[in-house]
Amino acid sequence: MLRKSSGSLPLFSSGVLDRRQLLALGAGALALTVAGREAFAAGKAKPIKVAAIYTVPVEQQWVSRIHKALKAAEARGDITYKFSENVANTDYERVMRQYSEEGADLVVGEVFAVERPARKVAADYPKTAYLMGSSFGPTKPNFSVFDNFIHEPSFLTGMVAGKATKSNVIGLVGGYAIPEVNRLMQAFMEGAVSVNPNVKFIVTFINSWYDPPKAKEAAFAQIDKGADVLYAERFGVSDAAKERGVKAIGNVIDTSAQYPGTIIASALWQMEPTIDKAIKEVMDGTFVAADYGPYSYMAEGGASLAPLDPKLVPPEVIEMVLVKEKEIKDGLFRVNVNDGEPKSTL
Amino acid sequence: MWEALDILTQANFWAATIRIATPLIFGVLGALLCERAGVLNLGIEGIFVAGAMSGWLAVYLGLPLWGGVAVAAGVGAAFGLLHGVLTVPLGLSQHVTGIGVTLLATSMAYFGYRVAFPNVATPPRIEAFAPLDVPLIGDLPFIGPILAQQTGFTVLAFACVGVLAFVLARTPLGLALRAVGDNPEAVEAQGLSVVALRIGAVMAGSALMALGGAFLTLSAFNAFYFGMINGRGWVCIALTVFASWRPGKALLGALLFGALDAYQLRIQTIAGGVVPSQIFLMLPYIFSIAALVLVARRADYPRALMKPYFKGQR
Repeated sequence: MLRKSSGSLPLFSSGVLDRRQLLALGAGALALTVAGREAFAAGKAKPIKVAAIYTVPVEQQWVSRIHKALKAAEARGDITYKFSENVANTDYERVMRQYSEEGADLVVGEVFAVERPARKVAADYPKTAYLMGSSFGPTKPNFSVFDNFIHEPSFLTGMVAGKATKSNVIGLVGGYAIPEVNRLMQAFMEGAVSVNPNVKFIVTFINSWYDPPKAKEAAFAQIDKGADVLYAERFGVSDAAKERGVKAIGNVIDTSAQYPGTIIASALWQMEPTIDKAIKEVMDGTFVAADYGPYSYMAEGGASLAPLDPKLVPPEVIEMVLVKEKEIKDGLFRVNVNDGEPKSTL
Repeated sequence: MWEALDILTQANFWAATIRIATPLIFGVLGALLCERAGVLNLGIEGIFVAGAMSGWLAVYLGLPLWGGVAVAAGVGAAFGLLHGVLTVPLGLSQHVTGIGVTLLATSMAYFGYRVAFPNVATPPRIEAFAPLDVPLIGDLPFIGPILAQQTGFTVLAFACVGVLAFVLARTPLGLALRAVGDNPEAVEAQGLSVVALRIGAVMAGSALMALGGAFLTLSAFNAFYFGMINGRGWVCIALTVFASWRPGKALLGALLFGALDAYQLRIQTIAGGVVPSQIFLMLPYIFSIAALVLVARRADYPRALMKPYFKGQR
């Protein structure tokens, strides 16, 4: 750092340093060190090296969106992409360190169960940029966070569901009651109530991310209780809906092709704006610890409502939803972010 | 209040109970068969995963459903052979070997899946077992709708209970199996091979465990997911103690666990607004622990369980 900065400092007019010059040099070097840590002074030529660490397989809805965005960046030639899937949380720190040691420019992942250790690793590798799914805020100098803020389209799918239910009972099956799940369910419920004040909700958690047979049983239980529209937060719910002939609302990914006639609306998450922004920042040398959450909002193209099928949703409902969608995009309507655990209202 | 009791009168509740219990029935039968022969098989969780994956993959690649069931059983037996060879003639720690088999089988299943499907967006699906449509039984009052929702795979589980109970209690083979878990010296004195009996029992038991896994991907659901076994194998180990190593009681234990799980999913829909969901989710596991505490004190362990037998050694 000292040697690098010497060229730019006009202090070396004479061959000999006096005390004042030395002090100034020291201060200058210090200032540069701080600045360098703040903002990754040197940019990177493409392709930059990106590593991703997932705690679940890349088929899992949530992670599949990140994987897809990174694959797209790889195909464009912006990055080289390596990933580890199904990494146990107890192993997460080790894998993070390994990729950091290998010289990854940007490490992407999800640290919901390892928030503190992950931040410690990041602090040890100030030259690496980290972009992590997290329930907490960014940590200086290099730990940025994102999350699936798709509460806006979730609200819109809630409107569709509120209009579609005939029994006025909507079932929601979730994995764990954590902010990422609660937020979407709350927005969905708010959306449904906004068009149908009589609607009641049944909320079931299965305490597992990846147990479709159990999610299916939970959905069956809700249908038995009278639910005729199901919010499919997990795999397995749409299968129950299809078998019993009720409707389902998709979440994060569009599965309407696999369940034709069952899925009537889906709130989609697009990771591309988040990923592309981070890649650009790393390339430009301007990456700082920041909250990338807003890049998952509708206005940024990070979230969207899957096209509604006029055969499944009445035209007047579609029109109403599209009006609301425009209001959200224009900033005229704000969907609340509520991370509290949703409760049954039956 | 009445609503909570009313759940018990719903046919759909009992149908769900049987669906949830079926993989556990296979698992408990498998575990108790191994343990009756004196070998604790903690490879169960991994064998579930391997069975779920291999059975499903076989069907995906074009085998008929029952062909997939057979493949799963074969894969389970292969892992049973591994566990048996390590623990019976070599006499290694059954705990350590079992955990090792679980890790190996789980990892191999995942590895095989990823090699077969490197780039899929959503897990591929198969046409799973359809509910049985037996004309007369479906018309029976109350029982009819419960049975009509089940598949042939579930029928196989119930059949296995009967067959295993009969074999263990009424046949010379069963007598030899029970003896090898209680008093291997006596078996040896009869001129029978302890090693062959034990390895055979572990292989058959592991095949049953694999069927429990295969049920999840071939009947309860139609795709394989990483981590979908989700501790079901471990539950079977606890239920085996609850069952006092008897097939009939094993069926009862699995059904009780299934009923509690089906019940908690339904009670969540009624009381979820006031009671935290975690309390309900705990129910089946609290039951397992409570049942173990009550039953284990009187439990009649196979006397040579976890004791390696070496010929001629006193």
